[in-house]
Amino acid sequence: MPRIIVDVMPKPEILDPQGKAIARELPQIGIDGFAGVRQGKRFELTVEGEVTEAHLAEARRAGQELLSNPVIEDVVSVSVAED
Amino acid sequence: MADSSVTLETPLIADLGQEAADSRLARVRVGVVAFPGTLDERDAARAVRLAGGTPVPLWYKDSDLQDVDAVVVPGGFSYGDYLRAGAIAAKAPMMTAVARAAQSRGTSGSSPLPVLGICNGFQVLTETHLLPGSMIKNDHLKFLCRDQRLAVESTATPWTAAFEPGEEIVVPLKNQDGQYVADEGTLAELEAEGRVVFRYAGGNPNGSRNGIAGVANARGNVVGLMPHPEHAVEPGFGPSSSGSGPVAMRSGTDGLRIFSSLLHQLVSA
Repeated sequence: MPRIIVDVMPKPEILDPQGKAIARELPQIGIDGFAGVRQGKRFELTVEGEVTEAHLAEARRAGQELLSNPVIEDVVSVSVAED
Repeated sequence: MADSSVTLETPLIADLGQEAADSRLARVRVGVVAFPGTLDERDAARAVRLAGGTPVPLWYKDSDLQDVDAVVVPGGFSYGDYLRAGAIAAKAPMMTAVARAAQSRGTSGSSPLPVLGICNGFQVLTETHLLPGSMIKNDHLKFLCRDQRLAVESTATPWTAAFEPGEEIVVPLKNQDGQYVADEGTLAELEAEGRVVFRYAGGNPNGSRNGIAGVANARGNVVGLMPHPEHAVEPGFGPSSSGSGPVAMRSGTDGLRIFSSLLHQLVSA
């Protein structure tokens, strides 16, 4: 079944302590090519049948009203998954 | 007073002249909201009772406020906080009712419903948009549990009216998502309007902006606080220090004054 992907990230100005902890851990396993890490969330909304513009509009509304907290997070993308 | 109403929580030494005031306090009904996963609702109810009021349990699925005069949204967890702390709880029918009463009462001349959110309850109030800002993980990422010194910076709320501005209290702090954040504009507004109600004293435990531990809405009736006043209400079960000086081991009861303040505000209103 088709899925709509909603990606939520902490706002750029908000410190991301989880991302910082991951960034500190990477060199411990020999990965040292990255200057920083930020951790976000990916939501997959499953649709029965075709994904319509109405589904996308509802997914955007879900992103704004429930899936993200606009004080600390941004919905960075709402897209249809390519299977 | 009838013998049947005497419990261990009733002061054993009473001034008979005080009875009228006590019975007025006892008529104040303070709702305590419970969600699946809330774990401090009994402590909050006990704090209300020890302060002399009558706690009323409110279930998250109901929307009847049962004529309460104030509401405490206690700490613990809510629905496991699967999405974000307090995010799902904020959509519960009881929170819709609380938000409506906190925002609409007062327009007809009566004072607005006082609401206190503690810890996860504070997060629920930010997710309900009753209070600005939000909480993210502590800057050090660890769960932190300790006795915390706080400065009471605003006494323009029913929950803090009994304090002197700048007075310090000690109550337990216990959380992992306790770092208060808001954008610069909101922080400036909170500071300028005197809406920082509690500020961490003796060091910032979690990276909260401006050391903020608790804030109020513009009208002052809604207050959120990360540390736990309801765990500092009874000698023997509280912190081992207080804002007013040394106390016997675990005998700090500074938190009780927040609940007493509310009750006295409501009976004198």
